[in-house]
Amino acid sequence: MSQAKEPGYKDLPLGALILDAGNSEKYETGGWRTFMPVHDPKKCTNCLLCWILCPDGAIIVKNEKFAGFNMKHCKGCGICAEECPPKIKAITMVKEKK
Amino acid sequence: MAKILALTGNEAAAYAMMQINPDVVAAYPITPQTALMQKFADFVADGDVDTELILVESEHSAMSATVGASAGGARAMTATAANGLALMWEIVYIAASNRLPIVMPVVNRALSAPINILCDHSDSMGCRDAGWIQIYSENAQEAYDNTIQAMRIAEHPDVLTPAMVTLDGFIISHGMEDIRLLEKKEVQKFVGEYKPPYPLLNPQHPVTYGPIDFHDYYFEHKRPQVDGMENAKRVAVQVGHEFGQKSGRTYGLFDAYRMEDAEIAAVILGSTAGTARPVVDELRQRGIKAGLLKLRVFRPFPAMEIAKVLSGKKAVAVLDRSLSFGAQGGPLFCEVCSALYNEGHRIPVINFIYGLGGRAVEIENIQEVYQKLGKVAKTGNVTKIVNYLNLRE
Repeated sequence: MSQAKEPGYKDLPLGALILDAGNSEKYETGGWRTFMPVHDPKKCTNCLLCWILCPDGAIIVKNEKFAGFNMKHCKGCGICAEECPPKIKAITMVKEKK
Repeated sequence: MAKILALTGNEAAAYAMMQINPDVVAAYPITPQTALMQKFADFVADGDVDTELILVESEHSAMSATVGASAGGARAMTATAANGLALMWEIVYIAASNRLPIVMPVVNRALSAPINILCDHSDSMGCRDAGWIQIYSENAQEAYDNTIQAMRIAEHPDVLTPAMVTLDGFIISHGMEDIRLLEKKEVQKFVGEYKPPYPLLNPQHPVTYGPIDFHDYYFEHKRPQVDGMENAKRVAVQVGHEFGQKSGRTYGLFDAYRMEDAEIAAVILGSTAGTARPVVDELRQRGIKAGLLKLRVFRPFPAMEIAKVLSGKKAVAVLDRSLSFGAQGGPLFCEVCSALYNEGHRIPVINFIYGLGGRAVEIENIQEVYQKLGKVAKTGNVTKIVNYLNLRE
């Protein structure tokens, strides 16, 4: 880890406060994954339940249609695969090779 | 200007809180603090304050609500004692880590078991590493004065650290004295308006309090607390001086009583200092050069300043009203010894554990302390480092 580049204790806000709102985007949680979601566009009906329920906002939507996963933030929790309607099942979780 | 009222220590601290007029007070009753909050609740009911008084279900909740209010930008206070402080423990640390300048009177009482409601310092001493400023009071007047000053010290931008003001349970909290009160508007002017640096309830600048923090930043986030605490030493002296200009009662980090030419000296916290003063006077009349160092600010510990006052003494006794099991003596003893060692003074120091669970400390007990000190001063030999005062063998 390159600790030298990180700010020193005098540069940090007091009380470990986070002063900038909406900065969770900068914190990449993609490294936490064991399983990754795989999307099948042939099965997907674009109901976007996955987009509604993803706890990390990692479902990318363009023109009201599923457009992929943000793998920098997807933690691999599998909620999208679980919540994809039973008759559709367009998302499956597969073990990620690293 | 000054109004004199006959008040108990608890009532005096409640008057200080009323005159500060905090935005939020959250409290849960515990002996011997109950009468303090009862008095403050009277002020709320009578409309003497604008305070939102939150009656919670435990001390853990009392400190949690106080932390929440303070993070929200309010001037927030609470008060507790003994097991109540123990139940607050987790959040006591969080208040300090979040740099929330909460002021809390702690009415010193022994921790269980055996269950006991009387005075000793095991409660506040137990959380001496929590990151709170600790100011000890000798009497009800000081409990009043210290509570007002603690608000200024804690909220100083260079400090932003919560503060406990201690008063000995029953001895101070339920003992009645003539208290010289300032006018409410004077206290209001003295404490000023609290301008929180990052209030949570500011939609223009949303902030996050209490995020998770791992190996990569936790250490850097803790370190500034050390500076805040260290700065409190300078600020406490400034505020104590300014308070003296308003009230005629000036405060420092400690009170050095007849110390200048003293050969033997005792270091004492809290009400027992008041018992020791006439003993020192009596010894002086008999030609014995005795002195008393009454410590007021225990956290931050004024190590260099104490070492300076104790330098050149022939023998020193440190009185501890709490135990630190497995340590080399009581908490105050260990602090004083390291202060002397680090400043290069090799003085014989003995420790007296006293007054646990409300055990009486009378004039003759303090006389015994100075008698033993005299012997140590004469011989230079310390046969017993830790002594137990007024304990049946």
